[in-house]
Amino acid sequence: MARQMTGAKMVVQALKDQGVDTVFGYPGGAVLPIYDEIFQQNDIRHILVRHEQGAVHAAEGYARSTGKPGVVLVTSGPGATNAVTGMADALLDSIPLVVLTGQVPTFMIGSDAFQEADTVGITRPCTKHNWLVRDTDALSGVLHEAFHVATAGRPGPVLIDIPKDVQFATGSYAPPVKGGPKRYQPQVKGDIETITELVEALETAKKPILYTGGGVINSGDAASQLLRELVDATNTPITSTLMGLGAYPGSGKNWLGMLGMHGLYEANMAMHDCDLMICIGARFDDRITGRIDAFSPHSRKAHIDIDPSSINKVVHTDIPIVGDVAHVLEDLLKIWKARGRKTDREALDRWWKQIDEWRAVNCLTYKTSDQVIKPQYALQRLEELTRGHDRYITTEVGQHQMWAAQFLTFDEPKRWMTSGGLGTMGYGFPASIGVQMAHRDSLVINVAGEASWLMNMQEMGTAVQFRLPVKQFILNNERLGMVRQWQELLHGERYSHSWSEALPDFVKLAEAFGAKGILCTDPKDLDDAIMEMIEYDGPVIFDCLVEKHENCFPMIPSGEPHNKMLLGEVSTKDAIKEGGAVLV
Amino acid sequence: MSALQIKKGSTKHSAYNLRPTFSDVIETHTLAVLVDNEAGVLARVIGLFSGRGYNIESLTVAEVDHTGHLSRITIVTRGTPQVIEQIKAQLGRIVPVHRVHDLTVEGPSVERELALLKVTGAGDKRVEALRLADIFRANVVDSTLDSFVFEITGAPEKIDAFADLMRPLGLLEMARTGVAALSRGATT
Repeated sequence: MARQMTGAKMVVQALKDQGVDTVFGYPGGAVLPIYDEIFQQNDIRHILVRHEQGAVHAAEGYARSTGKPGVVLVTSGPGATNAVTGMADALLDSIPLVVLTGQVPTFMIGSDAFQEADTVGITRPCTKHNWLVRDTDALSGVLHEAFHVATAGRPGPVLIDIPKDVQFATGSYAPPVKGGPKRYQPQVKGDIETITELVEALETAKKPILYTGGGVINSGDAASQLLRELVDATNTPITSTLMGLGAYPGSGKNWLGMLGMHGLYEANMAMHDCDLMICIGARFDDRITGRIDAFSPHSRKAHIDIDPSSINKVVHTDIPIVGDVAHVLEDLLKIWKARGRKTDREALDRWWKQIDEWRAVNCLTYKTSDQVIKPQYALQRLEELTRGHDRYITTEVGQHQMWAAQFLTFDEPKRWMTSGGLGTMGYGFPASIGVQMAHRDSLVINVAGEASWLMNMQEMGTAVQFRLPVKQFILNNERLGMVRQWQELLHGERYSHSWSEALPDFVKLAEAFGAKGILCTDPKDLDDAIMEMIEYDGPVIFDCLVEKHENCFPMIPSGEPHNKMLLGEVSTKDAIKEGGAVLV
Repeated sequence: MSALQIKKGSTKHSAYNLRPTFSDVIETHTLAVLVDNEAGVLARVIGLFSGRGYNIESLTVAEVDHTGHLSRITIVTRGTPQVIEQIKAQLGRIVPVHRVHDLTVEGPSVERELALLKVTGAGDKRVEALRLADIFRANVVDSTLDSFVFEITGAPEKIDAFADLMRPLGLLEMARTGVAALSRGATT
């Protein structure tokens, strides 16, 4: 029975019917009717951010730490354009978001009205799908379809642009239909014949490796469980992309660490030398592959992905399987068990012996100091002192992000939120707010660099207003560390604009917002300072002054394959050749 | 790169996939894309091609099922086999896209295009233009004392050939519809 209500009421009703409990947003002229409805109910919490970009990243943090879609509500024009970066970020990292934007009334669209922008036009390439709703009767259908599209198949951001007159007008509301609309139903079951082919390959592989990604986490907790079962049962080494950390426990015995440009030596060497690569929910990103024509030259490659366009996009796949990770892994395990749980144990022992030799290189070694805090040391202490906590980590983008991925351990999925594909500086702080909203009693830490952090520092107001005890762990080197590193390696140590003068006093900044600030400059004080941060019940800015010129290693120089890694300060001169210099 | 290994009796690969995926050979393919006829759907398709750097040689779009609100977009594109496969997979991801047919590999198909050509001239040239139009089965749809507008239908190559002949005879302007294509036989 279709109920009659205004478009604005439909929005709130649809959010309730979709199980939404939190919305991140910022009001404005074109969404006032929806905000009026939000004011008159108590089921949905609205978190007022300080900038629309912050709303989208917060919703991303919420989504990634819960597995549910994040919801954003912003106004037309600048509200929508400010949300663009967040949507592009969510698209590249496959994060489900439903973004609602107000629009000028339908009769004014196209007249260059106040705060009018072609929102569906601008956001078409940075959403999975978007809608402009011109008719209140169509609104509830679109709202429900939006949640389905955002979460079904490969997740991603969607946007609904709702003109103000559509919000005011009355129409009929239809509740959600089970299973979602017919027209978008991605295939979740993999082809059994191909899965069997993969099992055969696994049974005879002498040097197999699992290369997993964010798709395992997106597939749900069952996928992580099945992955662990597969690894333990077959004794296959496993590495993961930045996005996939936590799907297999970082403390697990088969874990090789992250792979890729700043991945671990053992992970990259094993990828290069393997004879069977099983890529699960990852996409052969350029940060992962390095030089394509020398990428893992002697391996057969299997690729499990729910998105058919990921397969054969970058690297030729011998065993392509389109399907949801959990569904495919379930079938794979079933078939492998039914065929007698075979692996080539002798060969695997040799393979592990080789891997242990690579592990012995100890690629994360760095020069310690008792004078100055090394960023790696700061993260090791943070790891040590927070290990027992119910902990969630977000990061900004740059050196600190890579060190966090190298030095922190993630034993569960959905505990690690970072901007992988788009590499958005300014992601981590608002994301930590979204995570904390979803997990009020957990310890949420944003590992940041001072430059990234400043990009969305206005969200301190949000953290304080909503009493969100997010910890901002800033590794402050007064540099754009990763840019500086590349300028050192690639541009003759000409450090063009890669440092900021006039940095704020972060302690005073925290206090100005009504939060707590902690400054730490001496390695001896670090443990106490970190404990003080953890124990403080409220938002903290932790200004950790670290070594200014530390470089992030290991590193695959651009244009080089996995087995040409740089392991430390030595031999970095001319490491990047002309062909690699054009790459980013 | 070697070709995909295909097992006997397997149903999961089309014959198309027998070609090595990462070959350098540039191929021309005609794709038929069935979409919901809704606002912005053409922009999504075109945006995909421009955003990812794919070629469009020809593009035709019109509603083909009024009650079902379905439009058919026919695209002629060029690329390596890997690029063509990417284009098809990327098109398939667009929410309002129902089906993507690669008419070039799914068996024999017919392709037709319509063109209008304005030819001006007098005397022998005018007579010759009319004679050639007759040979090509082009119709005169407008005529003045010193001009014709010809309507011609056919495969793109036929239209190219006719246009080449008209050029020295006073071809002033031409409009082409782009390719419409259907598979031959009883199936869709």
